[in-house]
Amino acid sequence: MTPLLEVRDLTKRYGPRIGCADVTFELWPGEVLGIVGESGSGKSTLLSCLAGHLAPDTGSVVYDTRANGARDTLTMSEPERRMLGRTDWAFVHQNPRDGLRMNVSAGGNVGERLMAVGARHYGNIRATASDWLGRVEIADERIDDRPSAFSGGMQQRLQIARNLVTGPRLVFMDEPTGGLDVSVQARLLDLIRALVRDLGLSAIIVTHDLAVVRLLADRLMVMKSGRVVEEGLTDQVLDDPQHAYTQLLVSSVLHV
Amino acid sequence: MTDMSQDYNFAYLDEQTKRMIRRALLKAVAIPGYQVPFASREMPMPYGWGTGGVQVTAACLTPEDRLKVIDQGADDTTNAVSIRKFFERTADVAVTEATSEASIIQTRHRIPEQALSEEQILVYQVPIPEPLRFLEPRESETRKMHALEEYGLMHVKLYEDIAKNGHIATAFAYPVKVEGRYVMDPSPIPKFDNPKMDDCPALQLFGAGREQRIYAVPPFTKVVSLDFEDHPFEAGRAAHDCALCGAGDSYLDEVIIDDEGGRMFVCSDTDHCRTRREAGHTGALGVPEAFA
Ligand SMILES: Nc1ncnc2c1ncn2[C@@H]1O[C@H](COP(=O)(O)OP(=O)(O)O)[C@@H](O)[C@H]1O
Ligand SMILES: [Mg+2]
Ligand SMILES: [Zn+2]
Repeated sequence: MTPLLEVRDLTKRYGPRIGCADVTFELWPGEVLGIVGESGSGKSTLLSCLAGHLAPDTGSVVYDTRANGARDTLTMSEPERRMLGRTDWAFVHQNPRDGLRMNVSAGGNVGERLMAVGARHYGNIRATASDWLGRVEIADERIDDRPSAFSGGMQQRLQIARNLVTGPRLVFMDEPTGGLDVSVQARLLDLIRALVRDLGLSAIIVTHDLAVVRLLADRLMVMKSGRVVEEGLTDQVLDDPQHAYTQLLVSSVLHV
Repeated sequence: MTDMSQDYNFAYLDEQTKRMIRRALLKAVAIPGYQVPFASREMPMPYGWGTGGVQVTAACLTPEDRLKVIDQGADDTTNAVSIRKFFERTADVAVTEATSEASIIQTRHRIPEQALSEEQILVYQVPIPEPLRFLEPRESETRKMHALEEYGLMHVKLYEDIAKNGHIATAFAYPVKVEGRYVMDPSPIPKFDNPKMDDCPALQLFGAGREQRIYAVPPFTKVVSLDFEDHPFEAGRAAHDCALCGAGDSYLDEVIIDDEGGRMFVCSDTDHCRTRREAGHTGALGVPEAFA
């Protein structure tokens, strides 16, 4: 089996400051990888570099494309990368405002990616949007409402529907449950877990919340000061942490 | 007596500025529908009065030209009259109200009813040149979308229209795709006029003064109005005949005719209406021009 994503020696600096450094890992098809670490440890920087939103200084991000097999996404042309970004990849932002068009209806938000890849039949686009709203537990009668009229949890579910409608294989999520009430978080986590399992998605989930990775991730990477200090199967890392920093994290001393 | 022509530049703009605008026009013609930036000059009229169109006209005008200026189809509105006077004064060019006699037609919000010819240039006044602006306010992002031909967002706008109104309700500034490549805002002409842009023998030039953009549709270029398979583009038109000339195929304005709320529909293209009446056509409320 070939890895879906193969990352080598990825480094991104902001001037003299390290964003992330020397990150190397593989993601296998159908696998969910959690990236944990305290605030400022480089999680978002790493995720942005992987998704092509930020250009790293060095390293490679090789993705197993459907059409042409393994390709370094950092050296492919921008149109190709942007096309990946709205077809085979998905990106769920922590703040739904960053991932939704707030002045466009829920149906239009879900339909956008379909229209971006050439869908030109209104009835079909609307039917697909309606189906996806149902899958993320948004009532069909809200299809013409704008996300500004939605609760935070609904906005996040809409963002997920908007991303998954083109059948991506790889989903990037940056703190997908951050900023939500605890009860809302639990429902969203259940939904994400069901979707990932039913659709056989691969995912990279960034979070500072160990409960999130405990529930969703097969494997964990622990980051500190831009570097990966420990990695392994989720249960192993959480139940028997090797690195002193991970031990602190798990004992929730850092977990405030 | 001093020679006044030494003190004033032909058509107001200095030669260097006109050359700069012509370079932008050439680029625009070479890349149909692509918005070319240009250094828009201060004109002796406010933005919104067609300063972009005026600069394009000034750069195209020669002493031999015959100029027509229309505003919403009419030659006699304040805006049209003042632009026409401006060029009479600064370029001493001949003017006309007859579409067929004009070599350059500057327009705000209409395309003449009479078919244009290869000898003619149509200059549009454009308030907002960016068709993607409605949904994507970031200029850096819209530029990238044009460059990479990422036009899905244009259909999101039409989707929203149908979701809200049951049909595509956009009636003005209806977006088009030019020569299968660039999506373009045709300025706030009624969508009724959109089909006239397609395969048009005349050169069509668009000038946006405040936004500093020029774009063009060269003669005989494919111009297609965007739509959905199950909601095809329809030019649309009020279901009336012109009350004055009886035309059943022209774009109509609704006019209030008395204090009791009486209304009539008349051609928005005043030259077209008059030409028809002169030829003896009469509508329900009209009298032939010869007897008027
Ligand atoms: N745009 C930026 N400019 C400068 N420094 C940045 C920028 N973004 C992040 N950083 C720095 O890079 C490091 C990693 O940040 P980030 O990736 O946001 O971490 P996390 O997502 O784990 O909180 C931090 O020291 C942060 O201050
Ligand atoms: Mg972060
Ligand atoms: Zn008429």
